[in-house]
Amino acid sequence: MQTELRSSLAGNQCSDHLLHRLHDLQSRFQHIPAQEIPPLATELQLPISQVEAVIDFYSFFHRSPRGRIDLLFSNCTSCGDLSLMQQLCTSLDVSPGITRADGAVSIDETSCIGMCDQGASLLVNGRIMTRLNPQRLQQIAGLVNAGTPLDAWPAEWFAVPDHVRHPGLLLNDALQPGAGLRAAIQRGAENLLAEINQSGLRGRGGAGFNTSLKWQLCRDAPATTRYVVCNADEGEPGTFKDRVLLNTYAQQVFEGMTLCAYAIGAKHGYLYLRGEYRYLLPTLEATLAEQRAANLLGENILQQPGFNFDISIVVGAGAYICGEESALLESLEQKRGVPRVRPPFPVTHGYLGQPTVVDNVETLVAATHIAVQGGQWFKAQGTEKSAGSKVLSVSGDCATPGIYEFPFGTSLQQVLDACGGQDAQAVQVGGPSGTLVGQAEFGRKLAFEDLATGGSIMVYGAQRDLLAVVRNFSHFFAHESCGFCTPCRVGTPLLRKYVDKIASGHGTPYDQEEMARLAKVMKRRSHCGLGQTAANPLLDLLERFPHVCTDRLLHQDYEPFFNLDAALATTRTLTHRDDAEAHLS
Amino acid sequence: MPKIRIATTSLAGCFGCHMSLLDIDERLVGLLEHVEFNRSPLTDIKHCGPCDIGLVEGGLCNAENVHVLREFRQQCKILIAVGACAINGGVPAMRNHYSVQECLEEAYLNGVGVDNPMIPDDPELPLLLSKVHPLHEVVRVDYYLPGCPPSGDAFFNILSDLLAGREPSLPKAMLHYD
Repeated sequence: MQTELRSSLAGNQCSDHLLHRLHDLQSRFQHIPAQEIPPLATELQLPISQVEAVIDFYSFFHRSPRGRIDLLFSNCTSCGDLSLMQQLCTSLDVSPGITRADGAVSIDETSCIGMCDQGASLLVNGRIMTRLNPQRLQQIAGLVNAGTPLDAWPAEWFAVPDHVRHPGLLLNDALQPGAGLRAAIQRGAENLLAEINQSGLRGRGGAGFNTSLKWQLCRDAPATTRYVVCNADEGEPGTFKDRVLLNTYAQQVFEGMTLCAYAIGAKHGYLYLRGEYRYLLPTLEATLAEQRAANLLGENILQQPGFNFDISIVVGAGAYICGEESALLESLEQKRGVPRVRPPFPVTHGYLGQPTVVDNVETLVAATHIAVQGGQWFKAQGTEKSAGSKVLSVSGDCATPGIYEFPFGTSLQQVLDACGGQDAQAVQVGGPSGTLVGQAEFGRKLAFEDLATGGSIMVYGAQRDLLAVVRNFSHFFAHESCGFCTPCRVGTPLLRKYVDKIASGHGTPYDQEEMARLAKVMKRRSHCGLGQTAANPLLDLLERFPHVCTDRLLHQDYEPFFNLDAALATTRTLTHRDDAEAHLS
Repeated sequence: MPKIRIATTSLAGCFGCHMSLLDIDERLVGLLEHVEFNRSPLTDIKHCGPCDIGLVEGGLCNAENVHVLREFRQQCKILIAVGACAINGGVPAMRNHYSVQECLEEAYLNGVGVDNPMIPDDPELPLLLSKVHPLHEVVRVDYYLPGCPPSGDAFFNILSDLLAGREPSLPKAMLHYD
């Protein structure tokens, strides 16, 4: 079975991947009909329980029909505006999450869709729609009620421009397709590794692991089959630089994967694309086809006998946790995206248990440039511990949100000056799992040794309610917890409850204390990075902006979590009672 | 030296925690030299006087539970949530998957073998809350004694700590939730 799975997945086309088959069913029937599950499981030779588990795990699959037009509004603090969702719900007479009786439309919210520089955005039947405003929503309501098919909606509504505001080392460096591979082949695999080692390149996803070491460990791991996986599951709210890299620099991403394959001796690679970016799929497939035609992929690449490598794209289905590399591998293996116990790490036990390099999109782009320009060229920028440049996704309360590439070591203030975010009171660096910093720390440097970031810079102006921001993040984590370990599964909703209580003006100093205690338990005891970092925004808020919370606390010892008298309302009605004993004060 | 005064009660619980309290067995004799029981099913005292420690088993399912819990909070210097139901709602909270109306209709109108179907409305009966809640959602709780039930040893441990003026701390072996 394992070998069959391997051969069925190792083809160029991944059309038989469970996630893709479920996506097809979801698109055809607006849900996954129960009777379709057993035949699908039989065909794919998977246990029914696994198919069922996958359906329930990913938020883009549904058991009951969604509307023929299914709208998902981003609830991110940068690309979301839920008041617009409410407006559309009212004009279409829909409740969030409940399909309208005629089956025409359903409306709901979803976690950040990576459109943070495009204004309020949504997904409609998996397609991106940006720059939303009340007028646009009125037009949408009209089209929905008229039953106009999505293909007939104005094409410009679906445009997603790149917004590269400040290109730097990588984005200014135009490369001929194949230049990196040709240079690498000339040098040989060991020298390529040495060059990457000299460049000091570290993983761009946020954790900053040394890239050449990762490749070397994978190359040295005893096995006959190795894999390269590109992590394009860019789910951290406020991050969209991979979207731009995949849209315009996909050739360099794939070439980076091929370089890695050359270095480690892999025959096959996967690009795991987040479901929200499905609209990029045609362009990406076209780029792959071009590269195959140019003999940059396929067999005997660039006439090197035995240098065979090809890439397949697997598209996710709405699960933030799949950005964690071992959860991503589980998802690639057609399972629920639950993080694995590490060690062993993917470099020795990755995809299908084989040595696997999992690299961020930007890391692979950087590798392509380093292969051409050399390690010294790259190392000349940045700091000693953080070589090169960082492609930043800047969004929020600033004049020009978009992509900014700066050398590592650039201060946050410089980034704010560049994007017109001078009146910021706070910046969330690295997304909700990163660090919330205030003005006093704007002089800090963006670098692994100071303020680490996977690329997300969310700017919050003076008018922003920071508690609302942190509340948004706590809802995000409670929604995205995979449910595997108790500290995170139970902790994230509890945290959400405390933040909601304080935000609604019912919190007490005791609640704040308990919340901070819980946050520390989650940090120490959670299984993976999600639970370990979920409380960071809150702890940062309490440390750096204590007044934001304390100003809203009640000056009393304790306040219940719910309205006690209201909790008796139903039974009062059922028993027709209204005596004193039927009330609680 | 006056004896430490303890009150105990069971709200939406099964008295299993109280049974487990008695499992401290012969050590109870020694303990009683230092403590006395106020309101408790063991003494049949109906209302709580000023106490040092309140042990509350069970969660909150109705209005009376809320009144009793508030009395305990008011009278006890230290309030301990005892057992799974007090801490998380436990078995009674399994009804939280349904509305309280569905529960009452199933029990008193549509259930198998129901005679003279009607939802009881006697004012003597405490009204049910819409959901079952753990104690800490209605009053401040000082300590939690987990377990279903907590073992006799766990009871003895937490009481011994408090009697000795120590911050209660359960050894890992006693810290379990089932």
